[in-house]
Amino acid sequence: MTNNLDRVELSLVGRKRSERLFKFYGFLGILIAFLFLITILYSVISQGQKAFFTTFIKVNIFFDSEIIDPQNQRNDEDIRYANFNKIITESLKKKFPENLNKNDSKELSSFISSSEADYLSEFVVKNKDYIGKYKNMWLLASSNIDVIVKNPEMEDLDEEDRLISDKQLGWLNQIRLNKELKKELNKNFFTKADSTEPEQAGIWGSLVGSFLTLLITLILSFPVAVAAGVFLEELAPKNKFTEFLEVNINNLAAVPSIIFGLLGLAIFLNIMHLPRSAPIVGGMVLALMTLPTIIIATRSSLKSVPPSIREAAIGLGATRFQSVVDHVLPLAIPGIMTGTIIGMSRALGESAPLLMIGMVAFIVDVPTTFLDSSTALPVQIYLWKSTAARGFVELTAAGVIVLLVFLILMNGLAVFIRQKFEKKW
Amino acid sequence: MGFWSFFFIIVFLGLTTQWYGTNKALKLNSNIKEGPKLPSLPSYYGANAFLWLVISVLLFLIVWVFSKPHILDYILIQNIPKALIDEFGGTPNMLIDIIKATDISNIFPGTNPIIIENALYYNKIDKLSDSIAYSIILFVGLTVSIFSINRISFLFKARQAVEKTNINLLILCSTIAIIATIGIILSLIFEALRFFEKVNFFDFLFGFNWSPQTAIREGQVASDGAFGAIPIFSGTLLITFVAMFVAIPIGLFSAIYLAEYAKPSVRSTFKPILEILAGVPTVVYGFFAAITVGPFLKNFVGEFGFTIASESAIAAGGVMGIMIIPFISSLSDDVIRAVPQNLRDGSYAMGATKSETVKKIILPAALPGIMGAVLLAISRAIGETMIVVMAAGIAANLTLNPFESVTTVTVQIVTLLVGDQEFDSAKTLAAFALGITLFFATLFLNIIALRIVQKYREKYD
Repeated sequence: MTNNLDRVELSLVGRKRSERLFKFYGFLGILIAFLFLITILYSVISQGQKAFFTTFIKVNIFFDSEIIDPQNQRNDEDIRYANFNKIITESLKKKFPENLNKNDSKELSSFISSSEADYLSEFVVKNKDYIGKYKNMWLLASSNIDVIVKNPEMEDLDEEDRLISDKQLGWLNQIRLNKELKKELNKNFFTKADSTEPEQAGIWGSLVGSFLTLLITLILSFPVAVAAGVFLEELAPKNKFTEFLEVNINNLAAVPSIIFGLLGLAIFLNIMHLPRSAPIVGGMVLALMTLPTIIIATRSSLKSVPPSIREAAIGLGATRFQSVVDHVLPLAIPGIMTGTIIGMSRALGESAPLLMIGMVAFIVDVPTTFLDSSTALPVQIYLWKSTAARGFVELTAAGVIVLLVFLILMNGLAVFIRQKFEKKW
Repeated sequence: MGFWSFFFIIVFLGLTTQWYGTNKALKLNSNIKEGPKLPSLPSYYGANAFLWLVISVLLFLIVWVFSKPHILDYILIQNIPKALIDEFGGTPNMLIDIIKATDISNIFPGTNPIIIENALYYNKIDKLSDSIAYSIILFVGLTVSIFSINRISFLFKARQAVEKTNINLLILCSTIAIIATIGIILSLIFEALRFFEKVNFFDFLFGFNWSPQTAIREGQVASDGAFGAIPIFSGTLLITFVAMFVAIPIGLFSAIYLAEYAKPSVRSTFKPILEILAGVPTVVYGFFAAITVGPFLKNFVGEFGFTIASESAIAAGGVMGIMIIPFISSLSDDVIRAVPQNLRDGSYAMGATKSETVKKIILPAALPGIMGAVLLAISRAIGETMIVVMAAGIAANLTLNPFESVTTVTVQIVTLLVGDQEFDSAKTLAAFALGITLFFATLFLNIIALRIVQKYREKYD
């Protein structure tokens, strides 16, 4: 007997160790998942925050009347057509006293974003007194310069791998020494739509596109889904038809999102001839996707309303329909709202079906109607990621941050509504 | 008549109808000094009239919106001179698109004058047809509301009528799910059938060569394209396998820890954190896989002297695995917690430790449910698009090496369909053949998974 007991005692050490190990593995699983989350957020935020600021270079611009207005006529049209790129380059050259050849001035002119010539021409048209005078102005740096300023470690790379030449780097350092460099809020990013130049591209166009798309999604899916949920949960008789309906809704919830895109392409675009890339089509496709989510949320929040409410209403002479619409549904509204917001936030992050219906185009204008061509926030992220220019990497990450902020806001709202208005029975 | 004036007239008409119907019923009731009054409350009479007005107007409006493009195209074709149609290769569709796209307020210099003329004509009939349609719809609405107000009498049970209409509307809304499913199946099947007219069904399903480039001009070399989908299916499975390799252990161990070991406070902190992973949009995972994980793996493996494709299956699959973790963990968590307590108590009473109970009692009991969770996760993984589009390759390599670049069904669908293409080449139709394969594969997995989960649930309920 003691022999057996000893064996148990002996085995206990190993069993306890394996117990501790097993528990540790479980904890490790959670820890790894948690670390992944942190890594994703860190890699997005560390890169994305750079794009919220952009580099400006101080240039003492000489508005040379020889270039702007050689005839001295002060004509708006002539001023607009003047070569302002030359003015910028000539003014930049004055920063560096050494003699510059033609090639050098080309390299020098690539310091400043191509949008600044237009900016200067508009400035001169409005302030004609400046022609022939000097003015210190902060001009938007080009994306390559911006990237180097934001990522100082890139200065150590070889000349081919760096975005700028050794000569340009030397000038950049000189500008930096003269304190003629500053970082400022990237206004373009928050106010403009897509562009081929990273420093001029913005998220606003796709935000508006996403907003228009989600508006259509909400208008289409919310009433239909609530109606379907109310019918299935409260009024439907138990028969083959309603069973079939339920199976269908559950299957629809599990269909891969890209299949909805194929449906939109085949039916909405090719059969119904709705416009490509338009928020209205995107909204319709996403509405079909969101439908099951809201139906399921509606049903579960109707289910949580206690039967005594229905019985009391029916006991006082209400019909079944009246008891549901006048008494049960109002009590279920907070739950339905929560489910709807969560469904909308999912629709906001969805991009695969939008690729199928052509909301993946290069669009420089901010959309204004439901029929305009537009992109959506996640699609814009995908588009920027697929662009080769180095400056878009940070823009992509910044787009992700904007998307995540909106998702956090929407989910926060859902949690707030749940905690504030939802009744526990 | 523009849309908004039409809209406000309809709203006004609706409110008036409701008000008038209710008032008429009230008046009828007040005329009766003794005896039974109207069978329903007066407001139901107003609501009934309102409902019929709205339903009829919406019905006509929907019919108009969907038939308008076809009618206008027909009228426009009648107006275009035959010579111009012939100039455009005999197909008027492209010409119609050009005419519609012509901006008449800012005409591009050098545009064909006939096109300008037709664009103006199109603009005219566009506005005219809208006005006519809106007038007809208004007339119909007016007739319906007069008719339903006239119906108000002592014989008419308005409440029953309103409730019946409402319930029918609710049923109609519920059937949209069926309509969507039918729409998906039909649209996929029709386009896929057109594809199989051009490409043999078995060549597609069992072919080993996938290169969907079709000729841009006639007689080009390699103009046929090859549509053997085996490399794509194998790539999809490889990436799914990598994803499961990451997700199943982490998800399962997390679920076991949360369900069996964690204190309630720990559980209520970590469960939402895991669910955040499920809420992160897939495009963010795609970005993470392409920008962070891909280069990291390349450097990391390079340290040991190996080479790895920059769009390797392991980067895309691994990140997809992270996305899948919460699916496995929360589904398994539910299943594990559904195992009855008396099984655990029995095991503890026999002297088993907690981990022995989990390994020998709980996991076997929960296995069917966990299998269901894994199947659901697999169906999710093969349908996932953005991660693989951003981080996996486009070339169809037939390989089992996760360090090489492979492609998936969803990547191919996206690459085949993004961009402007004519809609009857085998290349674009192939996307629908892939789509229908994907649809049925996920449907099959989901049905089996739900069966397993349900059957298992019944056993313990």
